[in-house]
Amino acid sequence: MITLSINNINVEVPEGTTVLEAAKKVGINIPTLCHFEGKKPLGACRVCLVEIEGGRALAASCSTPATNGMKVFTNTKRARLARKTVVELLLSEHNGECKTCDRNNDCELQNLAFQMGIEDIRLKGEVAKPHIDKSTPALVRDNGKCIKCRRCVTVCNEVQAVGALFPQGRGFSSMISPAFMSDLDTVACVQCGQCAAVCPVGAISEKNHIDDVWEALDDPTKMVIVQTAPAIRAALGECFDYEPGTLVTGKMVTALKQLGFDKVFDTNFTADLTIIEEGTELLMRLKDKIVNGKKVALPQFTSCSPGWINFVEYFYPEYTDNLSTCKSPQQMFGALAKTYYAEMLCKDIDEIVVVSVMPCTAKKFECQREEMNASGIQDVDYVLTTRELAKMIKQAGIDFTSLPDSKMDSPLGLSSGAADIFANTGGVMEAAIRTVYEIVTGRELPLENLHVEPLMGLEGVKTASLKIEGTLPDWSFLEGVGLKVAVAHGLSNARKLFSSIENGEEYHFVEVMTCPGGCIGGGGQPRFTDDTVRQKRLAAIYAEDEGKEIRKSHENPDIKRLYERYLGKPLGETSHHLLHTHYKKKEIFK
Amino acid sequence: MSLEKCPECSKEPTEDELLAQFEEILDGYVEKPGGLIPALQTAQKLFGYLPKRVLQLISMKLDIPYSEVTGVVSFYSFFTTVPKGKYMVRVCLGTACYVRGGKDVLASLEKELEIGVGGTTPDGLFSIDVGRCFGACGLAPVIMVNDETHQRVKPEKVKEIIDFYRDIEMTIIKEKAG
Ligand code: SF4
Ligand code: SF4
Ligand code: SF4
Ligand code: FES
Ligand code: FES
Repeated sequence: MITLSINNINVEVPEGTTVLEAAKKVGINIPTLCHFEGKKPLGACRVCLVEIEGGRALAASCSTPATNGMKVFTNTKRARLARKTVVELLLSEHNGECKTCDRNNDCELQNLAFQMGIEDIRLKGEVAKPHIDKSTPALVRDNGKCIKCRRCVTVCNEVQAVGALFPQGRGFSSMISPAFMSDLDTVACVQCGQCAAVCPVGAISEKNHIDDVWEALDDPTKMVIVQTAPAIRAALGECFDYEPGTLVTGKMVTALKQLGFDKVFDTNFTADLTIIEEGTELLMRLKDKIVNGKKVALPQFTSCSPGWINFVEYFYPEYTDNLSTCKSPQQMFGALAKTYYAEMLCKDIDEIVVVSVMPCTAKKFECQREEMNASGIQDVDYVLTTRELAKMIKQAGIDFTSLPDSKMDSPLGLSSGAADIFANTGGVMEAAIRTVYEIVTGRELPLENLHVEPLMGLEGVKTASLKIEGTLPDWSFLEGVGLKVAVAHGLSNARKLFSSIENGEEYHFVEVMTCPGGCIGGGGQPRFTDDTVRQKRLAAIYAEDEGKEIRKSHENPDIKRLYERYLGKPLGETSHHLLHTHYKKKEIFK
Repeated sequence: MSLEKCPECSKEPTEDELLAQFEEILDGYVEKPGGLIPALQTAQKLFGYLPKRVLQLISMKLDIPYSEVTGVVSFYSFFTTVPKGKYMVRVCLGTACYVRGGKDVLASLEKELEIGVGGTTPDGLFSIDVGRCFGACGLAPVIMVNDETHQRVKPEKVKEIIDFYRDIEMTIIKEKAG
């Protein structure tokens, strides 16, 4: 252990702790911009400068290791002035107008300027050129607002292992961008939006669908229905100053009704449906292999995360057959809303507008995929991120905190606890296991609280093995089989999983969620998300699951009714047409 | 995208042939940490510049994201991604030429062509480079256009020299047009 003092407060920290972390321990927050939790410090932005006794120059606290007897002062005139100058310099180059900026009131640079008491920008410098890239369905980049902190580079390269962004050129005219300063649609970007989630300023944001949604809501000839993804309810509250991990399901439903949505439904409903289809698909693959001796692609990969789909299509195209053919819950919902539900109401599909609220920017991409037109037109019209929904609620002047609770509408609103946990890493797998085990054995999964413990938590790659015993006659071929599953979140962990598979590790079923933590840490979630926040959202999701009367997808009565009335059977012809899709190889270089 | 072949000797290797050759050389850089810059230097020597597909090949083989490869290329001014111009204009900045205004000649040239050292005009005609003493110090400042030497160049005369080559090109185009 090392003892040092920060502003004359003594603190003991383990070896390898930085001055920044040590300060945090005694309740002193030093501003940072380029710092990225858990990654090697860059020391690039200099906004974290502090004074260290005996040191001639000020030190960047994020990259300075604490040493024994060190005396750190964060609040001297010299340190304050230096940090202020750093921020002033950034502001002098900054090409942005807070009043009309997407990040107004949610911007780290704006906050820093306020915190440092900057009232005037004395330095007059050349201003960064605006360069607006709207080329992808998911994101908008504005180079004029970029402060070159490189967090997006870190997240894209190290967390997501995609590598779409990197500094191009040098000096003032350099740009954080895809190769050759080109637009994002010319490179293999998976549209996950993690870059937008970590960007401290308005330089990368989701593509705005708010105006389109208002327009639909204002149109009296349209019936506008909304679905909300499992992860929204555990995060939306943060935009209204609730503690991370506060469940706001009921208030969210009320707010959506007040916004004018005709029906408020739940993507959880189609999450349950996904489990039935995807679980059955897994069993069919296993049967084809074991009983019929056919060559089938195993392990089966989950397919609910559109960034992950892009990732496989770009970087591992030889594995597209391993992806479950099931559409994601968002797209299953869209397809059913414009067929099953529209027929139920005798409505023309042109009259129905389907809006999703998603924790994810890649969902904006997914809904525009050419395969996602099962109803004959685009099944899901618009996708709002959690952040965008919060903005709409504020625009409408709704006092969110004082709202009463409401319930989701029927018949696409009822869901099981298994659907809730789709929101986090390990959840889809656990939900599938709850159902598959019961189909095969006729008995409930014999695990405490129905949780598959080894698959819970934020470990990057998790594995579990489950011995199947006491099978029903139809499934006797699985008797004694050890079902091996693996779970990864964050695409760099997916790469690790791929290498273990390529080294001969055998799994039957693999779940990958694009974002760290799963959807609860999605690219469209409230900023700023670190592991502490992820843990809290995760706990909230498990609490929602455990509080449900129905915990297993196959016990959802509205799902049973859907099969009886409309779909027939899992993997049946109607299912095949509405709920399943196919994938393609994509070129990395365009 | 292949390089123009010399009309006299068609044996000049095509870019495709060079690419195959380079792919073999590249194997030597795989899994060596820090192999990117040497690989880029080798490529530039071989091709005269860094074609996109060579950068893509390097990215694939060395398993380095394409954006990082191009980021490194654009960081160092000695790398270029445009083929050299038909006329390589080299300005001498050796001692004698430097003292007698080589820098001003260079500045004038850069202004005339609207490119910097290492750059190539968008029409692919001219590139600028600098050299250290062309062995004609007595006649400084000196510039060379391909193999032809121009002596005692004054900044005001740069346009004249460039126009001379532009005229040649115009004539060629007119002749071709018939
Ligand atoms: S990015 Fe931040 S500082 Fe810049 S204009 Fe937007 S809100 Fe203002
Ligand atoms: S969306 Fe994801 S893959 Fe694309 S640039 Fe951002 S972090 Fe990289
Ligand atoms: S785009 Fe945002 S995260 Fe990326 S370098 Fe610029 S300011 Fe930082
Ligand atoms: S946060 Fe320390 S240098 Fe950027
Ligand atoms: S210095 Fe220029 S020719 Fe010698």
